[in-house]
Order: sequence, then C-alpha cells, then structure tokens
Amino acid sequence: MSALLDVSRLRVRLPTGAGFATIVDGVDYTVERGEVFGVAGESGSGKTVSMLALLGLLPPGAVVEGSASFDGRDLLRLPRRDLRRVSGRDVGMVFQDPLTSLHPMLSVGRQLTEHVRRHLGLDRHRAARRAVELLEQVRIPDPEGAQHAFPHQFSGGMRQRIAIAVALACGPRLLIADEPTTALDVTVQAGILRLLDRLRRENELSVVLISHDLGVLSSIADRLSIFYAGRVVESGRREGVLQRPRHPYTRALLDALPHPEAGDTPLIAIAGSPPSVGSRPSGCSFHPRCPYAVAVCTADDPPLVPVDDRRLACHVDPFVA
Amino acid sequence: MTTGPQPVAALELRDLEVAYEHRGRPRVRAVAGASLTVERGQIVGLVGESGCGKSSLARAAVGLLEPTAGSVRFEGGEVTPLTRRARSRELARLQMVFQNPYSSLNPRRKVGSQLADALTVLARVPRSGRRGRLAELLELVGLPATAAGRYPHEFSGGQRQRIAIARTLAADPSVLVLDEPLASLDASAQAQIANLLVNLSRELELSLLLISHDLAIVRHVADTVCVMYLGVMVETAPTRPLWDLPLHPYTEALIGAVPHADGAGFLPEALPGEVPDPARPPSGCRFHPRCPYAFERCPREEPALLRVVEGRSAACWLQTPEAPPARPADQAGRLATEGRLE
Repeated sequence: MSALLDVSRLRVRLPTGAGFATIVDGVDYTVERGEVFGVAGESGSGKTVSMLALLGLLPPGAVVEGSASFDGRDLLRLPRRDLRRVSGRDVGMVFQDPLTSLHPMLSVGRQLTEHVRRHLGLDRHRAARRAVELLEQVRIPDPEGAQHAFPHQFSGGMRQRIAIAVALACGPRLLIADEPTTALDVTVQAGILRLLDRLRRENELSVVLISHDLGVLSSIADRLSIFYAGRVVESGRREGVLQRPRHPYTRALLDALPHPEAGDTPLIAIAGSPPSVGSRPSGCSFHPRCPYAVAVCTADDPPLVPVDDRRLACHVDPFVA
Repeated sequence: MTTGPQPVAALELRDLEVAYEHRGRPRVRAVAGASLTVERGQIVGLVGESGCGKSSLARAAVGLLEPTAGSVRFEGGEVTPLTRRARSRELARLQMVFQNPYSSLNPRRKVGSQLADALTVLARVPRSGRRGRLAELLELVGLPATAAGRYPHEFSGGQRQRIAIARTLAADPSVLVLDEPLASLDASAQAQIANLLVNLSRELELSLLLISHDLAIVRHVADTVCVMYLGVMVETAPTRPLWDLPLHPYTEALIGAVPHADGAGFLPEALPGEVPDPARPPSGCRFHPRCPYAFERCPREEPALLRVVEGRSAACWLQTPEAPPARPADQAGRLATEGRLE
C-alpha cells in the first residue's frame, strides 16, 4: 500500500521586505498509515512552514512548489474548496498554544460540534453525543459538564486535550501536531504523549509530530526527519537516527541535550547559531558549524540520498560504521 | 568552593510566604512558607511545575515583591522590597535574569548603552574605564566587543540571553536569581547558556539560584536541587543523589516524566491529575491527591521539611518510622541504615 502522505521536492518561498526568502528548500518525506512521523529541528528550520504549506495556510504571496500526495491526491494542486474539505475532515491540526487555537468565547461543546455538523452533516443531538465521546476519548473528566465550559476554565494540559479532541472530531486520517507539548510541564507532557500514542493505535491515525525536543520524538515517533535551514539532513527509523546518528548536525543536537544517565560532564554545545533565513551559507548550510567540514562542503549542497538504513545529506559521513 | 571563613549564606529565604489578594476572591498563597539557602559560589536549582510558586519566590528573593511573611537575607542583610527610593549599593549585587530576553531588553537602545546603565548608576568604574569594562562584560558572556554597537533584534535568542546576563554582570553581582533563563531557547543555545552559567559561577564566584521547570537541564548545572510543589518545598538534596534516589514521590514523578532521546521508544510516566488551585490547597500533604503512595496520615496532617540524612531533606510522611513500607521511602530508610545514602 502506498504512503498516506508523500511530499516531494517541497519548496516554499515567502515574500519579505527584500524579495522572496526560501524557507523550505526541497524537502522530501513520506508518512505511512498508522505511524508517528517525527519532524525535528531548531526554530527557523522550516518545520512548521512545510506543514502549513500542505494545507494552504501560508500568508498570501507565498510560493509553494513540489508535490504533496495525500491518499493519491496532490494537496498543492487541489482547488481551494476541495482543499478545505480535505483539511477540515481528513487532516486535523494541533498547535503549540491551545489558548490561541481554541476560541475563548465559545463553549467547548460548540467548538467540538461545529466541525462535525459542517463536515459530517450530523444533527444537533448526534453532534452533542459525538462531542461527549470525543471528550471521553481524550480523558477529560466530566465530559458532559465540560461541554458547557469555556477554554479559560481548564488548565494548560486539559486545554491541549480539548484542542486534540477538536482536531479528531471528524475522524481524520492524519493528525499534524506542531510542538503540542512545548508549553506544558513534563508531567503533563507525558500524559499528552501517552494520549497521542493511544489514539494512533486505536484509530489507525497517522501523526506528524513536529518538535524541537528529540526526547519527545524518541518516545513515540516511528521514523523521523531532522530539519536544518529548510532542508532534511537525515531521516530514518527512530532507533537508527537517535542511537547511531550519521549526520554531524544530528550528532551535535543529541550531544547538546542534557542526558539523564550522563555524569557531571558539561553539555556539548554546538558552536555558533543557525543561519538566518536571508543569509544561508553556500554549499551545505551546516558547514560553518561543522567540525568535520571539508572543502567540498563549502561549495556543493549535498543531496539527501539513501545510505544503509536511512537517508543522509552529508559529503563526509564521518560516523559511517 | 568558598574563599575565607564566611559563615553567612549568600542568599537565605526563611519561611517565605507570598500571598495575593483580589477583592471578591479567596487569598492565594503562591508561596506558602518556603525556605531555601544558596551558599557562596553554589548553584542551586529550583524545580517544579507551572503554578507551584517558583516565579513568585524568585521575585520575592530579589525584592520585586513584598513577602507577606518570612524573610529574605542577602549576605546576612535583610532584602527590602524595591521602592521609588534608590536601592542600597550592597543590594545591587543581588541581580535577576528573566525568562524572555526579547522583553527584558529595550529594542530601541544599542546593547552597549543598555549595559552601561549599571556602570553609570553605580559608578563603580571611573568614566574613562567604562568602554574597557563594556568589552570585558561582553567577552565574559562570549560576545565580541562590536556587539555593543548593535541593537537587540540583530541577535539570536541565545545571544540576547547572553546580553541580558552581561547586563546583570555590569552591577558586579555576587548572587544571580535566574527565572527560567533557558526555557525559550533551542537545544544548542540552551546548552551554550547552561555551560556559560556554570563557567561564570566558577570564575566570578557567583552564587546562582536557577529556576526551571526542566529537571534534566538543572541536573547538569546545579550543585543542589530544591523541589517545590504548590508553594512549599518538598525535597532538597545534592543533585546527584536526588536524581539517583528521590525521597519524595513528587520528585520521583518529575524524574520519571523526563523523556529520553535514546531512540528506545520509552514513553515517560504521566503524573495523574493537575497542580491544584493554590487558593484551595488540599488538606494535609498538598501532594496527597496525586500521590501513588498516600496513606491515612497524608490527607490529615501536613508534613514538615525534615532532614532525612545528612544534606537531604524531604517533606513526606513516608519518611517517618511509622509509615507503611512503600517506594521510594522504604528504599531510603533501608539504604540509610546500611549507610549507602550519602
């Protein structure tokens, strides 16, 4: 069976004061049915923009190239109306801050029923029943009562559960979760990760989980892609990428993390900072910060090619087994 | 670690209470009697979930808030709340770094001019030496001297946090209180700033009170960790032993919830429930409704923060001899009698 989502050569350019800036620069990935696909990278690496581009959620003037086949249909070429139907029904989205994605003045019940009435054509009573079901599914205590409450009456973790319930309302096949636990405490984060893991198993849901936190991705992602400066530098199965990283950037990101089992060693920080959007270095974007860079790295941008159990974009490949 | 015989702690909070009152609403004790000591040159980490009172404690510690009870002593002297009158010179050596360097720096003033404020106001450095001192401050935080002529927006988040730290260093501090200084940074910048803080503390003999919700990063930075829950301290211990063997069930839950980036697909443990409303704290031990080991005594009486073994304290009824055997207390008791717990 083919992948649920197949993104190929995606390029996104956004208008800025000084011409267009390339935010996403030729990105490929696939999301299989029922899997959690992790997208990792630092802020400004193009993770979020590459997802918003699929659903036509970029600001006017954005130029999107490439293709994104969702269940056989190219999202980038769908007429606006059809795209809205697909993105409302088959794709759900969850953002970092549930306070901005939930409407502050509408009751939780109203926000849950709006979607199902519009996209699935349920009547008021059946929609209300569905809302209670959804709240039960995300483990909101007293789902009947919660329907009549407003977002501000819930804690951050509960709000994110409600936002997930809204995203699941129409029974989507793909859930895109953009930093869903970043604003939450670790104890609450663990609950949301467990919830996502259960939902994907119970509902055969595919999940794209965007996070800057490799620990979060390590918990539930089956495969992951590492983004740097608008490109994918390494992708593969979770165990391979995180246990035997091959790209110097992946390696450096892992070394920079506080490690629960490590001794009192200082953290190994990556020198410098990620390039800003307007001033990408020539060749491989990571070369100015890379301890393994050689002459070719400054001149040619390495393509993402299959190597052993993964895909890798590195001329040097210093950690080859 | 300290120079000379100095019995006075760098920063000492005793039974601190910070309460907020709004008309028509119940009184909220955000900090409900918390004590904490930062010795000279020591890095103390303060961890807890959002809403536990960490930030209120930090603000009271530097005198931005007036505590409703208890005391804050900086190098032995009382910290008085900030007023319109100038602070004493001595109190200027107690400084604070905020979470968001985007809002703590003035976007319309050059970095050098913002750093020079403290030099001008405190006038510890003669006018002629200020330029040199600016370059020195920037170098201390790993920025080039040319940074002085640029505006905050020209820097990345991590660099801005360096600038914010340099600005506090201009006051020649001996204690820094840092409220979530790493929270809004990417992993690589986070590691850079964490290492910078450790180096500054060692080089300048600075004492740090580092407030963070991220136990994993605190573990790499702090000498001692204090765990706060709903306005009170529940455990204090040197960092390594705390991590290896938490004595309070809440500390155990916090550690269990940290995800590991080892690719093993380990799902961290979720702690049931939420931090309760501080306006209506649970009876007895404030953690008992979420505690997997709670027994009859827990909802009835509030446990005090008591020394369990040398250097380690916990506020938990499980640590008393009459408690029913349960993890992690039984381990602690056993290990203590065997002398394996240091």
